[in-house]
Amino acid sequence: MTTDTTQTIARIAEIIINELKLEDVTPTTFDADLDLVDEVGIDSMDLATIALVLRDEYGIRIDEDDYPKLTTVRIIAEYISTKLAEKE
Amino acid sequence: MKTVSSLLDAEWYERYKKISRLNIRSSIYDVTDRCNLRCKGCFFFSSGEHERASEEKDVDKWHSFVEKEMDRGVNLAILIGGEPTLCMDRIEAFYKRLPTFCATNGLIKVPRDRFPDMMVGLSLWGDSQDEITLRGQDTFKITSANYEGDPHAYYLYTITPKQLGKTEKIIQKIKNIGLKVHMQLLSNDEDVNGFSWKAEELIAIRAEMDAMLDAYPGTVVSSKYYHEVITTGKMLDRTFGWSECPSVTILRDNRDPQPKRLTNFIRYASDLKTVHRCCTSETRDCSTCKDGAAHMSWIMVNKRAHIKTTKDLQNWIEVYEMFAKLYQFIPW
Repeated sequence: MTTDTTQTIARIAEIIINELKLEDVTPTTFDADLDLVDEVGIDSMDLATIALVLRDEYGIRIDEDDYPKLTTVRIIAEYISTKLAEKE
Repeated sequence: MKTVSSLLDAEWYERYKKISRLNIRSSIYDVTDRCNLRCKGCFFFSSGEHERASEEKDVDKWHSFVEKEMDRGVNLAILIGGEPTLCMDRIEAFYKRLPTFCATNGLIKVPRDRFPDMMVGLSLWGDSQDEITLRGQDTFKITSANYEGDPHAYYLYTITPKQLGKTEKIIQKIKNIGLKVHMQLLSNDEDVNGFSWKAEELIAIRAEMDAMLDAYPGTVVSSKYYHEVITTGKMLDRTFGWSECPSVTILRDNRDPQPKRLTNFIRYASDLKTVHRCCTSETRDCSTCKDGAAHMSWIMVNKRAHIKTTKDLQNWIEVYEMFAKLYQFIPW
């Protein structure tokens, strides 16, 4: 895992923690492979909120059709990396 | 951090996973401005909603409208009225494309050769006496004949204060014809004398609804948490009202801060253009609204608020399952 990916994962975790006001967890202790729906309990509205913040942060658009695929912080990080690579 | 699996045993966790990705996106549609009943307390007529728009009569426009609604992400059409069964062609425009629920007074039977598995909710406002007082006739005689044994129909039993102590007789009648029942409470929009809820009556009806669920689990589709929330107007430490309601039309939702709400929910009038404020009457006082679907949705959209204790999360699961059963996303 590259430093960039590690940083992206930590930043996404931070965004999720802040936006969803999650308690007893930090960006460094957030399990990047934790299922966001089955374990954290986020729903499509939560994802839409997070997607807006990620759009502003990374300058990418997250298609609503892609929400069901974005099940973990690691997968979101990979999705962002792919989107950024496509832009270049 | 509290996770779902840390709060649930294996059985409950499986139940959670069966519903956690359903992503139900409903909207509500007035199919017509007309009805073959005029019930005292029907918000559609008491608040003048039947005069807000002139219904679209070109059925082709209904078909193209539904296509656009699907593009908007709607995956559950809830048809209300007026009386939808007065316009079967319009119902068909939805049914051919989408999971569709039709709320009806049941006086006109939905033809099952045309709509074999469409879920039908049959309104019922109490025993013969209450039905005649509020609706002008005892509809159960007709609706029970029309729908006896139908696996895709259930009664939407609107309980009034006059029904205290009488609900079991109604539930038994429904059980005897092989149907299921979901209970909700009358919001007395027209101030019919004696039909407004008093605090002690709400306490009593909650206990009675709980007892019916315990006694008739195969007939009553409900949950005790739903009974608690709808009778108290409280969920966790919050109070139901305009600032909390999830069933506000997105185009008219200017609340700040935005509460958790149904994604892209709209209630359309039958001209297919006009939108109503919310899932029920615009003239209703939100602080006394007893709308069952709005209270169910209120719980459902606030999932993470229930990921605090095992009991809270189990309550949330039971309400979501109830909703999913009533709209055929999971079997009875």
